[in-house]
Amino acid sequence: MASSETTTARLSEAAGEPVPSLAGIPAAPITRARPAITGAGPVAWARTNLFSGWVSTAVTLALIYVLGRWILGFLDWGILHAVWTVPDTAAGPDASACRDAKGTGACWAVIGEKYRFILFGRYPYDEQWRPAIVIALFIGLYIVSAMRRFWRPELLLVWVATLTAIGVLMWGGVLGMEFVPQDSWGGLPITLILSTFGLAFSFPLAVVVALGRRSTNLPAVKALCVVYVELIRGVPLITLLFMASVMFPLFMPPGLNPDKLLRAQVAVILFAGAYLAEVIRGGLQALPKGQYEAADALGLSYWEKTGFIILPQALRLVIPPLVNTFIGFFKDTSLVLIIGIFDLLTSGKVAITDPTWQGYSTEVYLVLAAIYFAFCFVMARYSRGLETEFSRTVRR
Amino acid sequence: MSQAVSMDRPHPGSNEQPAIQLEKVNKWYGALHVLRDITLTVGQKERVVVCGPSGSGKSTMIRCINRLESHQEGRIIVDGTELTDDLRALDTIRREVGMVFQSFNLFPHLTILENCTLAPIWVRKMPKAEAEELAMSYLTRVKIPEQAKKYPGQLSGGQQQRVAIARALCMKPKIMLFDEPTSALDPEMIKEVLDTMIGLAETGMTMVCVTHEMGFARQVADRVVFMDRGEIVESGPPNDLFENPQTDRLRLFLSQILRGH
Repeated sequence: MASSETTTARLSEAAGEPVPSLAGIPAAPITRARPAITGAGPVAWARTNLFSGWVSTAVTLALIYVLGRWILGFLDWGILHAVWTVPDTAAGPDASACRDAKGTGACWAVIGEKYRFILFGRYPYDEQWRPAIVIALFIGLYIVSAMRRFWRPELLLVWVATLTAIGVLMWGGVLGMEFVPQDSWGGLPITLILSTFGLAFSFPLAVVVALGRRSTNLPAVKALCVVYVELIRGVPLITLLFMASVMFPLFMPPGLNPDKLLRAQVAVILFAGAYLAEVIRGGLQALPKGQYEAADALGLSYWEKTGFIILPQALRLVIPPLVNTFIGFFKDTSLVLIIGIFDLLTSGKVAITDPTWQGYSTEVYLVLAAIYFAFCFVMARYSRGLETEFSRTVRR
Repeated sequence: MSQAVSMDRPHPGSNEQPAIQLEKVNKWYGALHVLRDITLTVGQKERVVVCGPSGSGKSTMIRCINRLESHQEGRIIVDGTELTDDLRALDTIRREVGMVFQSFNLFPHLTILENCTLAPIWVRKMPKAEAEELAMSYLTRVKIPEQAKKYPGQLSGGQQQRVAIARALCMKPKIMLFDEPTSALDPEMIKEVLDTMIGLAETGMTMVCVTHEMGFARQVADRVVFMDRGEIVESGPPNDLFENPQTDRLRLFLSQILRGH
């Protein structure tokens, strides 16, 4: 009796103890505090990355010197010695101040004098509020489209409505607005029209072509898509633009001659479509076969499978190259200058042919570059944001 | 050997039209003969486990049943509909046949709930609320209703495979195909998936399952089919087959399996 009691007591004692270790393996993993991060802070960072040895120190100092000289020189030219305005005289602006500063200071006055021509080209001066609204509409459209909470079917209607409004504003001829023929349009609206309409139409075209090129049971469609892509990719955009502006009218019956901007627009759409199609095809190919099979096994139709399963994933995969192509095409629209369409770059070039302002091309080009950069930079930042957002929801 | 397959045992509901019927099915990948004269009948509510060494054609066979692969010779009749190039027949069959894959194949850009409701809403034309209710009931059955709003990437392998089972069940299929459902799982997750499948078997679902889990086969299968080099070598009730293998090929396979476990 007594012995059994002791056994029970010993057992319960053992149960109360922490679990004994087995052959040196601790019962619970040992946790330690994370070691303190040594060498944090900007000074330590600079020491390890910029001044770690005499070679690295020498290179750092040399680069600081070059960069500093360049930045100081630019500030000196662009701000300290710059001419911001010039007096107006009866014979027009008096640019003598700019001529005096030539070589030492920038002549920003040329921008102040010419900005409306650069932005709106030869659009009638008194009607330039219309292209100004058009630019605002475009930017508004971009902002709305960029917000995920507006990504629903109604967005398509917003696009149709906005693009219609843009057409009405540019052409006029209704609602008491003076009619402005397309030949007189110019500047930033042309660049935005070419790139926005261009991508809005080439993107769906590209999706269809990419899907067609992967089609296994429609060989004719596949062949057509391959021919389209290879034909368009094999030709420089300039050639396409020339064909659209010079050759195309030769084949049209007299009297039927779609305007030049429309022809250039079609060329841009076809060109962008071929490139985007290849980018999208890359995404389709990168998707695991199991995704196609799972959709098939569930009985989804081809279009349900493509629309709900394949494209959403394929397009997410190719956001970086897609945006790369978008940015490329936004800038490539400036090539229309060779067929005499007044886009942003062309109106900038024409603005400085004014005898008063000849010789101030640097200033104008800097401003043009800044405008292009602003649009491209926003696109790039937005795509990075999208990537992080998608990777957060989809993968761990 | 294969002729004996369908008559070696009266399976449940054998008087009705069989759920799946394969008659002299042959398939080639190029010159490679991967399925050789496969004849197999699966009755309503029957549970068949297919086993065999890798490359024996067992996955190919099961994938022919819902035409993820096409066969070149022979007939495959599923639920009274013959599989041909007729797309409408294929749609009918895929609606009635659910499939679970080795690599889960959940849709990573959709939530668990959306994974489960997509096909019922679009293929079965079910109202969204009803489809969600159905999905939640199946997710409850596979014991992960609390994960409904998460994305597949946030779940463990075992949980993902249970979602895949629930997703297939949401289509209310008459037949369920499993293609090595536990082969891609860590050992500690295999049991939760097998338990789910055992639970499903108890509801009387017609099941064809490619697996190496012999314990599962013993517990659930009405019949085990052993395949090797593209043909059915032996088939019969699990206990007969495992305890009394008739061929050297099966004996070799069983000894390798047992050594591996």
